[in-house]
Amino acid sequence: MQITFTLILFLFFAACAIGSALAMVTRRNPVACAMWLIGTFFSVAAIYTLLGAFFIGIVQILVYAGAIMVLFLFVIMLLNLGHDYEDDIRGTGWKIMAGGAALLVIAFLGRVFGGELPRPLGMEAGPQALATSAAQNGVVGVIGVPLYTDFMVPLQATAILLLVSVVGAVVLAKRKV
Amino acid sequence: MNEIPLSYSLGVSAILFAIGVAGVVVRRNAIVLFMCVELMLNAVNLAFVALSPYAGVQGQVFVFFVIAVAAAEAAVGLAIMIAVFRHRESLDMKNFSLLRW
Amino acid sequence: MLLLQEAAAAAGHAAGSGGFVPVLPWLIVALPLLGFALNGALSIVAARRALPKLPPVGDPSYDHHDDGHALAHAAAPAHAYAAVGAGAVEPSEQEGHDAGTDPHPVDAAHHASSDAHAHDAHLAHDAYDAGAAHDASHDAHAHDAHDDHAPAGPKPSTHVLPSFIAPGVMLAAFAVAVANFLRMRAAAPHQPWVHSYWDWMPVGNLHVGAALQLDQLSMLMALVVTGVGSLIHVFSVGYMKEDPGYPRYMAYLNLFCFFMLTLVLGASYPVMFVGWEGVGLCSYLLIGFWFKEKANADAGKKAFIVNRIGDFGFLVAMFLLFWNTGALDFVGVNQALLGERLDFAGPVVTWIALFFFLGACGKSAQIPLYTWLPDAMAGPTPVSALIHAATMVTAGVYLVARSNVLYAMAPAAALTVALVGALTALFAASIGLKQWDIKKVLAYSTVSQLGFMFAAVGMGAYASGIFHLMTHAFFKACLFLGSGAVIHAMHAALHATHNPADAQDMRNMGGLRKYLPVTFGAMAVSTLAIAGVPPFAGFFSKDEIVGAAWKGAAGGSALSGVEFLGIHGSAWMMAIGVLLSVAAFMTAFYMGRMMIYTFFGANRTGDEERKHLHEGDWTLTLPLILLGFLAVVGGLVNVEEHVPLVSAFNFGQGPALHHWLEPVVGVGQELAERHVERLPPVDPAWWPILLAVGIGLGGLALAWALLSRKALGDAATEPAYRGGVEKALYNKWYVDEAYDAAVVKPVQGLSRGFARFDMGVVDWLVDLFGRLSQMFGIAFGRLQTGQLNTYAFVLVVGVLIVLGSFVAL
Repeated sequence: MQITFTLILFLFFAACAIGSALAMVTRRNPVACAMWLIGTFFSVAAIYTLLGAFFIGIVQILVYAGAIMVLFLFVIMLLNLGHDYEDDIRGTGWKIMAGGAALLVIAFLGRVFGGELPRPLGMEAGPQALATSAAQNGVVGVIGVPLYTDFMVPLQATAILLLVSVVGAVVLAKRKV
Repeated sequence: MNEIPLSYSLGVSAILFAIGVAGVVVRRNAIVLFMCVELMLNAVNLAFVALSPYAGVQGQVFVFFVIAVAAAEAAVGLAIMIAVFRHRESLDMKNFSLLRW
Repeated sequence: MLLLQEAAAAAGHAAGSGGFVPVLPWLIVALPLLGFALNGALSIVAARRALPKLPPVGDPSYDHHDDGHALAHAAAPAHAYAAVGAGAVEPSEQEGHDAGTDPHPVDAAHHASSDAHAHDAHLAHDAYDAGAAHDASHDAHAHDAHDDHAPAGPKPSTHVLPSFIAPGVMLAAFAVAVANFLRMRAAAPHQPWVHSYWDWMPVGNLHVGAALQLDQLSMLMALVVTGVGSLIHVFSVGYMKEDPGYPRYMAYLNLFCFFMLTLVLGASYPVMFVGWEGVGLCSYLLIGFWFKEKANADAGKKAFIVNRIGDFGFLVAMFLLFWNTGALDFVGVNQALLGERLDFAGPVVTWIALFFFLGACGKSAQIPLYTWLPDAMAGPTPVSALIHAATMVTAGVYLVARSNVLYAMAPAAALTVALVGALTALFAASIGLKQWDIKKVLAYSTVSQLGFMFAAVGMGAYASGIFHLMTHAFFKACLFLGSGAVIHAMHAALHATHNPADAQDMRNMGGLRKYLPVTFGAMAVSTLAIAGVPPFAGFFSKDEIVGAAWKGAAGGSALSGVEFLGIHGSAWMMAIGVLLSVAAFMTAFYMGRMMIYTFFGANRTGDEERKHLHEGDWTLTLPLILLGFLAVVGGLVNVEEHVPLVSAFNFGQGPALHHWLEPVVGVGQELAERHVERLPPVDPAWWPILLAVGIGLGGLALAWALLSRKALGDAATEPAYRGGVEKALYNKWYVDEAYDAAVVKPVQGLSRGFARFDMGVVDWLVDLFGRLSQMFGIAFGRLQTGQLNTYAFVLVVGVLIVLGSFVAL
């Protein structure tokens, strides 16, 4: 493994992501939490791009940071949160236990995925396949073509899901039914 | 793409996920709790994307769907929180313990 | 020896009964059972009709106002009939009361309850209070008057049919028994006729069949039971027909006769035991017939429980018998005993015999299990006559007579039986000297006479014991029925004038022979019979018993040569003779006393009441006449040759009963004689006869002399006892109190202790487990905090544990 620029960038953005995540979890002000989460999303989007998933990176920013977090902020501001006299974070004991659980999770996952990974199952494997697909269909087409051919049904289902959630959100949040 | 070792990406994913877990356990504000859940989802997305060169394009397609579903879920969840806030004037999880003994 | 050989040879073919073919013997047993079924059905129908009519619940349009009226003037006589007994205290229920120290007890409680009844009735609209409403429609003391309480209208069929069914089946059974008796007399079989109707208990080596045995002894007993029973059924018709529970009474009476006949006709000890237990049950049911009074129910319980102690003895004896001989039917047992499988006078036969005697003590009210019989007078008088005079209490005597081979093999046990019988005879007679309730006198007299019977069968004079059983059935039933007639008349008189005095207390009677002549006549001959005055029945049977004692004392009995507790058998028998003679003297005295207080002198009931004293109708007098007649001539069936005058005139037929019973009881006698050296035949002396006559007449005369006119005149206010000895006699020698202190109270204390243990320890332990689960539940319930964060944490921990266990960290 050679130290390339990609790797350095990756490490930088990884540090940003982790740092932002930590900050998000520990902030008192919910707006601050939201901002730090946005920071995390941006960092993760950068990592996606570095990993070659360009479309997903853009979608991450557009949807996650641009829509979902905006929604979050709207709600936070609508409800005027963050002015409580009490920190809405649990006690020290819980913090320690949560930290311990987190470390355990990392250790476990590291143990599982740190070693040799088995060969992926079936399908056309290897970065080569992705590259040829990109050359053929364009960067968006790498996802677009399978989406509209192999994954048509999930796509339509997701569409319906989004419609339902829109209607549901409106109904739930209305003042008077 | 193969300049970044797979284990690094997965490691980052694991760390983000663990932080999300810690956040869910510790935070009492419902919205912040939800944000930690989004963080966990992101960590999983990262894992999918990291593996997609090896496992195929399905990884990225799945991430696409995850993002879409997360959006829907966020919308509905926040709507619920608004509705609950109207009743209780508070989103502090310590007030919502109806599932108690 | 001939009999023994024949009995031993009879082993294989029990049906070889010498040409005797019975005619439908099962009918004798089945007919009373049929009567029970029919009367039982009628009583259920009557009880259903007696249920109060409930108003429809919750219907606002139903007019409740008319409920009281409708039921007070009950259109349906059946309902009115039943309403008579719904809450009322029947006058005949007063029979259960013991004569108190004061002959005129003012029963305040009774008055209060009757007043309360009357008051409540006016206020009650409730249909439940039908009985009280009915009372109110007559007068405030409606609960007393028996005759003016009879509801208007004809009697319902449930109260008329039993009058025909119950005596009818008994007379039919008697007819069948007589037919079989005549056949048996003609055929004169030497072996019993046994027929097994079905295989009741085939268990391993034990085969008990539902079998009937007809031989001379069981035939005689069946005749007594059905004959005297029929007369008592007829009497009951007149006595109990106004009672609201009449069909139930007749059902129980029939059931009793069924069980008694099973007892006497059974061919094996288990079948006999079925009858044994059954008569105990019916005794309980009938003693506590008016169960609404607690005293009556308690008396029934006491009878059953004391009987149970005896039943334990019976059971143990049966077990021992089966264990050692392998047979439980009479024929098989006799064969086993005669086959010398068991040692003569060995411990096995002695214990079996003693345990059987324990059972007999319970059933036949001997010391120490006699205490139930005086209390049993709480039942209706015909019940006392049938069960506690003529039949049930004689079951013990029948048992010993039936087991004569067994007792012949165990002379120690036989002497025990005789001694206990003699002691009981004396003991009970002494208590009877100072009782004031007419039925109690007769009860103790019964215990005493049963003692005579046991003394007889204990000494080996089985036929004499059975003879006395028969004559006792006649005169004791006659005495009881007569006392029933007296009480019936006294009740009618006392309630017509609303006098709360006790109708059974002899101090309230007097001079009744003017008002109840037939009753007086019957009771007079029965008293002469029981006192042992010739030529009445009791003289012959009692004389035989006491004569057997003198004969044994002179060395003429198989038991004379036996050593028992270091004393020679003949000395024991001399003692028995003395005890029995004293008891006979006391018997004559207290019976005479009873007759004098009741029938002679001036009437002490009261001027108003006297006008209401009258004899009952034919159903009450006819049985008395018949039984009185039997008490006169009954003894003549068995007149020993040595009795002078009578045998000279040849009134009787000689010792016919002895000859009749010889095939059954002779076996035991011969066996006993086989094991002792040949006894010189003892010439029957005739001085015992003079002694017996003297005792009888002397007792009566003494009673007459002591109870002078003056004493009778003061009897109305005479205290129960004067002096220490009289007090002890009046209080029955404090035996009940002794039992209470020695047995009842410790058992109750033990029960309380166990109850405390059960509640304190066992329940505590069980509750502990409950409490533990509760505590665990509460503790683990606290895991459900309702906090989402906690749940998430636990989820994560769970996942880590599960997955981590697959991949060791």
